[in-house]
Amino acid sequence: MYSEKVMDLFMHPINAGKMENPDGVGEVGNPRCGDIMKIYLRIKDDRIEDVSFETFGCASAIASSSMVTEMVKGLTIDEALAISNKDVVKALGGLPPQKIHCSLLAEEGIQAAIEDYRSKQKARTEAKA
Amino acid sequence: MTERHVYLDHSATTAVDSAVLEAMLPYFSERYGNANSLHLWGRVARKAVNAAREQVASLIGAESSEIIFTGGGSEADNLAIKGAAFTHREKGRHVITTAVEHHAVLDSFKWLEKEGFEITILPVDETGMVSIPDLKNAIREGTTFVSMMFANNEVGTIQPVAEAARICRERGVLFHVDGVQAVGHIPVDVRELGFDMLTMSAHKMYGPKGVGALYVRKGVKIEPVIHGGGQERGLRSGTENTAGIVGFGKAAEIASWRLVDGSIDEETRLRDLLIERATAIEEVSLTGHRTKRLPFHASVCVGSLEGESMLLRLDAAGIGASSGSACTSGSLEPSYVLLAMGLSHEAAHGSLRLTLGKDTSEEDIVYVAENLQRIVTDLRAMSPLWKNRG
Repeated sequence: MYSEKVMDLFMHPINAGKMENPDGVGEVGNPRCGDIMKIYLRIKDDRIEDVSFETFGCASAIASSSMVTEMVKGLTIDEALAISNKDVVKALGGLPPQKIHCSLLAEEGIQAAIEDYRSKQKARTEAKA
Repeated sequence: MTERHVYLDHSATTAVDSAVLEAMLPYFSERYGNANSLHLWGRVARKAVNAAREQVASLIGAESSEIIFTGGGSEADNLAIKGAAFTHREKGRHVITTAVEHHAVLDSFKWLEKEGFEITILPVDETGMVSIPDLKNAIREGTTFVSMMFANNEVGTIQPVAEAARICRERGVLFHVDGVQAVGHIPVDVRELGFDMLTMSAHKMYGPKGVGALYVRKGVKIEPVIHGGGQERGLRSGTENTAGIVGFGKAAEIASWRLVDGSIDEETRLRDLLIERATAIEEVSLTGHRTKRLPFHASVCVGSLEGESMLLRLDAAGIGASSGSACTSGSLEPSYVLLAMGLSHEAAHGSLRLTLGKDTSEEDIVYVAENLQRIVTDLRAMSPLWKNRG
């Protein structure tokens, strides 16, 4: 049912775990549907220096989280925002049709974390001003 | 890859017992006759089918003439429900079932509703149990038929079927029991219990897939669903699946021994050990009734986790289990059984079912318990729900 890549990342997830003092956090999904994805970002000079995730969900949700965090690591914010769920699906070697929403959560998770970072930045700039 | 394999999904299906397989084999090529033929070949097959009918009848305390062989449990449920509803549609068009039935029953009821019948679906309590007062209140003028499962496939809870049968008898309503999970695993005597119909399935009791049976009490009239050559007293046309039926007969015979030789007590002991070990893990709770449950059935909800991820991690450790999470059901909704019991969506997503078999050992249980503990810890380490708790 799952590609080798999905199973590999599910069994041995990369970037799993909570981050202390992140610069941006995004949480998407809801427990009622059985998926929650939380993305943590450490950002320096608009570049993603470090990223991690916590996910409640099925194997493809965990693999999608792990994959998207690998993909955005080292990218600028704008580059990371350009990553779509299709890129995630492709990198995972495909997902079953009923699991495509997991890749959407991954895309939205990154967007939400960046949004959180930006709003914090804005607040900080305004505080200084 | 792992060395050890522990199959704990016996509610889904069981392996064909070697003695069952041995009994079946001659009926594929040597004794291939059609049981309806008059010649030697046909008589050999007929004799085998009749012997199997005796064996299945004996398991449930019925007479052999009351056993209708079908192509499985779902077909037997369809025959009982549609057959009874249509036969008695002049008398009334109201039929009753419960919220936790198998889809073979629930979807048959939904189909009846489309055909103009009125259906009542009884709720269950937090253990998955139907209330007898609810059943009493639901029966009214025009009610012809009640269908209730003996024991639930997802949570193992055993329904008060004897009391339900008594009420139905008093009110002149037919009573069908889906006994797929129970027959062969706990003592079932249709006369003592007062059932009008009982569904059975061979592959849930170490027999082959593709064969089941419906007990229809003498005197109960139902319409067939499959029309044709008039086999099985006209209730299930089609050439008898001789090998499958012979296998079912042998499986029933072996099951009747197991019911009296202490196997069930040992199975119950191992089940309780598994429940005890599993629920000792933080925020793991039993689903279904603690004592009124199938002797081979353990089911739990694991907090902050989703079922499919646990299943696949268990699978990687050589353990076969199942879950009622949305991801395993193929829809977006988790198990309707767990939701009917009042569990939240979140809790239902974390359901895990472990069903033991006749060959499950204590070492197997210990192995599963240790792996479950490890897997739950590993997965919770990356669950945002787990860490965010105060």
